[in-house]
Amino acid sequence: MNPGSDFPAAPDSGIDPGPGAWAVRAEGVVKTFGRGDTEVQALKGASIDARCGELLMIVGPSGCGKTTFLSVICGTLGFESGRIEVFGSDLRTMSTAEVTRFRGENVGFIFQQFNLVPHWNVLENVSVPLLLAGAKRSRAEAAAAAILEEVGLGKRLKSSPRELSGGQQQRVAIARALVHQPRLIICDEPTAALDAVTGHKVLELLRSVACDRERCVIVVTHDSRIFEFADRIAEMEDGVVRKVHGRGEYHAQYV
Amino acid sequence: MFRLALKMLYGDRAKYLMLICGLSFCSLLMTQQSSVFCGLMLWTTATLRNVQAPVWVADAKVEQVNEAVPLRDVEVERVKSVPGVQWAVPLYWNIVQARLPEGSFQLVQLTGLDGASLVGRPGKMRVGRVEDLRLPGAVIVDQVAVAKFLKKGIQLRVGSTFEMNDREARVVGICETQRSFLGQPYVYTTYSRALEFAPPQRKQLSFVLVQPAPGHTPAEVAARISQLRGLRALTEREFFEETIWWYVKNTGIPISFGTVVILGVVVGVAVAGQTFYLFVHENLRFMAALKAMGARTSTLAGMVLLQALTVGFIGYGLGVGLAAWFGNAVLKGGEPPFYLPWQVLAFTGGIILFICCFSAAIGMLKILRAEPAMVFK
Repeated sequence: MNPGSDFPAAPDSGIDPGPGAWAVRAEGVVKTFGRGDTEVQALKGASIDARCGELLMIVGPSGCGKTTFLSVICGTLGFESGRIEVFGSDLRTMSTAEVTRFRGENVGFIFQQFNLVPHWNVLENVSVPLLLAGAKRSRAEAAAAAILEEVGLGKRLKSSPRELSGGQQQRVAIARALVHQPRLIICDEPTAALDAVTGHKVLELLRSVACDRERCVIVVTHDSRIFEFADRIAEMEDGVVRKVHGRGEYHAQYV
Repeated sequence: MFRLALKMLYGDRAKYLMLICGLSFCSLLMTQQSSVFCGLMLWTTATLRNVQAPVWVADAKVEQVNEAVPLRDVEVERVKSVPGVQWAVPLYWNIVQARLPEGSFQLVQLTGLDGASLVGRPGKMRVGRVEDLRLPGAVIVDQVAVAKFLKKGIQLRVGSTFEMNDREARVVGICETQRSFLGQPYVYTTYSRALEFAPPQRKQLSFVLVQPAPGHTPAEVAARISQLRGLRALTEREFFEETIWWYVKNTGIPISFGTVVILGVVVGVAVAGQTFYLFVHENLRFMAALKAMGARTSTLAGMVLLQALTVGFIGYGLGVGLAAWFGNAVLKGGEPPFYLPWQVLAFTGGIILFICCFSAAIGMLKILRAEPAMVFK
């Protein structure tokens, strides 16, 4: 048991960061898709802990349940059994509307395909999380412009995402994920659509702007070129987390 | 977010234009056809406007203004005796044959007014004076007669003559009337002379026109007159509505126009519904991303509804505008009929609103069903 919580420590984590420092705590999460003959159990009791201030990568072969686990952790997908706490809030006890509000306030997303609306300019794309939270347009755009300056796109505010390179688009996505100051950043294959050099730069940027003491970054990837940026790497296989490696361990062992 | 929803809509130009075109076409088709239908229905009641009277009295079997079952002349006196009647005058109305000087024939709507009062006189004279109807053999013809006679090579003007029932009619004036459903010109004369121009019948009186006395409403007076055996009295409004309903029930006109209107609705639903569905489908990934980022379902539904209503509003405006332009510019001659009352605008607006809501509902359903987790796929 961890102090301040009735939540058991995840197996093999080897981490006991003290009260209040856990960002995500998932225990025995089960998720099944389909029914009858088409039933597939994507998560078979997956468990993981993630701390504030760390960049945790979830790796594993295709179909092992990485993305499903990520979706369940951030509350975009329900689950059958197990328990997930995000910053102390138990997702199972929250209604759909509460989970949606919680995501809007606490979670930033970086997607593999960026998901930038092509008809909106860069500034508008980035200001969306604040607008959704009810901020006025002027305040949302000012905050968006500031974060875009930080990611090096201060001169492309009015550009369409179509006019940007893949790396630039992912930088816009990072800005969008951070603009409302969320405590949890969820990244799904953030470098999959990028070349090696650009992918490296994006992760460098992500580490520099996203990682701080108050925030946790979870990255799902199978791109071994970026493993070096992880504080810990959770290795998934067949719907469960097999092992959690410390900084450099997994890199030294497998790459 | 609503501003961004509109940018999303305007950004997809192909679908945006397709939606506008589909809804404009639908709106144009419905407005234009409904207006032509209304115009036709107005034509059926032209006599009520060309011969104005607060209360019309006819035979009890009469169902609409274009059928006149003759009454006895004494009915005028019976009507006058009803309390609340200020005055009552006879009206002759029938379709008779006019023989033109060069020998050809033209059917005309012979309208015989009370000679003393000239009640029911034409509202607008182009040439001449209504009072000249009291001159021997005098008739006033309308602009339709001028046009019809001209087609036969005869220039009708004051002083021109033609024959009805072998009696000479002399034109003393040209008036303006509203075109009637049958399209025959109106020829006004006095009641007594109309009886000479018309083929003889045992009973000749077509209608009795009544003015209620001060303090009595037309409806009240009409109800009292209707109690007289063999008579039916209607206010001008009632006669107008009954005539239109008679044509609606007894002719194929509503079916023919209704089919085109339904076609317009089907085209609108099909084009707008499908295009909007495609639009939402293509943007579903972005909508799911917004959902993942914390967008409430009501926000997303509002965005979709706004997009649908925007194209609906523009399409409606364009369609109605085109129909109005068509009515004013192309149909200046009054043929085919065209009348665009606010009810048609409201009807078209209602249908377009329905199409937009239907399209938006399909889109919303898709968004509601979309798991925000789909953005990770």
